[in-house]
Amino acid sequence: MTHRHDNPQSRSILNWLTPVGVLLLLIALWQSVIMFLVQVRGFAPALFPGPVAVLEAGWQMRDELLRATSLTAGAAIAGLSMSITIGTLTAFAFSQSAIVRRALYPYAVLLQTVPVIAIAPIIILTLGRGFQSIALVSCIISLFPIITNTTTGLLQIDPNLVDLFRLNQATRFQMLVKLRVPSSLPYLISGIRIASGSAIVGAIVGEFFLSAGQSGLGSLIQGKFASFNMAELYAVVVVATSLGTAVFAIITVLGEWLLNRWFGMSLEGVRR
Amino acid sequence: MVRSTESTHNADAAFSLDKVKQQFGSDSIPVFRDLTLSIPKGQFVTIVGPSGCGKSTILRLVAGLQSPTSGAVKRGAVSDRQVGFVFQHPTLLPWRTAEQNLRLPLELGSANKKDAAPSDTRKSLYQLLEQVGLSSEDSRKRPAQMSGGMQMRLSLARALVTEPEILLLDEPFAAVDDFLRMRLQEDIRRLHDSRNLTTVLVTHNLQEAIFLSDRVIVLSGRPASVTGSLEIAWSGPRDASFRNGDRYVEYVRQLSASLFES
Repeated sequence: MTHRHDNPQSRSILNWLTPVGVLLLLIALWQSVIMFLVQVRGFAPALFPGPVAVLEAGWQMRDELLRATSLTAGAAIAGLSMSITIGTLTAFAFSQSAIVRRALYPYAVLLQTVPVIAIAPIIILTLGRGFQSIALVSCIISLFPIITNTTTGLLQIDPNLVDLFRLNQATRFQMLVKLRVPSSLPYLISGIRIASGSAIVGAIVGEFFLSAGQSGLGSLIQGKFASFNMAELYAVVVVATSLGTAVFAIITVLGEWLLNRWFGMSLEGVRR
Repeated sequence: MVRSTESTHNADAAFSLDKVKQQFGSDSIPVFRDLTLSIPKGQFVTIVGPSGCGKSTILRLVAGLQSPTSGAVKRGAVSDRQVGFVFQHPTLLPWRTAEQNLRLPLELGSANKKDAAPSDTRKSLYQLLEQVGLSSEDSRKRPAQMSGGMQMRLSLARALVTEPEILLLDEPFAAVDDFLRMRLQEDIRRLHDSRNLTTVLVTHNLQEAIFLSDRVIVLSGRPASVTGSLEIAWSGPRDASFRNGDRYVEYVRQLSASLFES
């Protein structure tokens, strides 16, 4: 069987088809379990919606979903842009001084562990509710992978290349611009890829606590849960998940293309 | 023919090591305790010896990539720019084309040093590529688009772009196949002769050492010392006629014998 799929093209199609097949299988399983529960055991269909009901509900509320998705995506993109800017600058500082790195790295780890619910009151008191606060939560949550990945990329250079630069009396600045920065690009892009998922989670969680009337996906989830509208709640969850997946896929494809086309490198080389 | 005495630095030496001690960490056994070695100008010298005996350390000392714990590394009137170094792996920048990789040594360092580097016109870069067996079409390729052999050739060209007087080769053929290795060997010896280089090669391969060198130095022990030295007196061209001759076989026999003695 493996012989037929040896060429890379058919293998990449197979790579896509397998998870899609699993998804279809899971949806079929979901539908049959719901049918069993509702028709045989007499569960309330409103509380246990099947995939068809969720699809219907989603279609009914499509305008609402679209608005919520663009709102959440906007906050996530703003948060991710901030964390890319702050993260690369921090990584840059970390790479230039071991003292700075040792002094500040533990606090970078704190970003990873701080519970959003704990800092929500502080954010409300300083920035108020609304877009800027939601974007800030998204930034805080997505910052860590960018800092660590980019720092690793800037520091983990092939020692032979470092020797080559030293041999030719490269200045510290030349070493940074001509060697460290380009070498770190696959790490940065890989970091952004991981951070993109976190940025969306951050925006949705932020909307739970910090929304100011406008309904992003997070507020929508809260609203649908409060009114026990399970089919619509599931529809929002599906859209939120798809948004994360789509952003991850777009960054992967775009990043891979950029690396390949302009830098002759690939994400596969990133050691993590 | 096997000798083990070395003279200290004199006017004809391209570089010399004088009572060099090299120790990594104060508790460890030093790599060298009292190594004295002199490489005459224009010679092709190969250093052979068991793994970890400090062969590559000698190259790194000469290149200035590390400093001896004590003792001195003396070079003739040779600046750092005039030392070319070929690593075991091609060590190319993947985001640069062949030509941009070749140009790298000319871009580095402070501005006044750049004036000392003559071969920075595009025409002379292409000539250099041709000399190592690459075409001007190859100049636009990125390393990922090149074979291992082409990458190694580019790496060799890059070591020569600053027109060095000393060429240091750290097992450059370790990762290439036999056929390519033989062709690269012939090319390197030709470049050595045509550019009046002083070349020092480090290798595990005795045949390679004999084929290429004017002199083979055997390094062994820990701390390492020179335990043998074999003069290869062959004035003819270094090609198949040498490789297939009786003299060659005799040299290989002598060199293996001196390695086993040590």
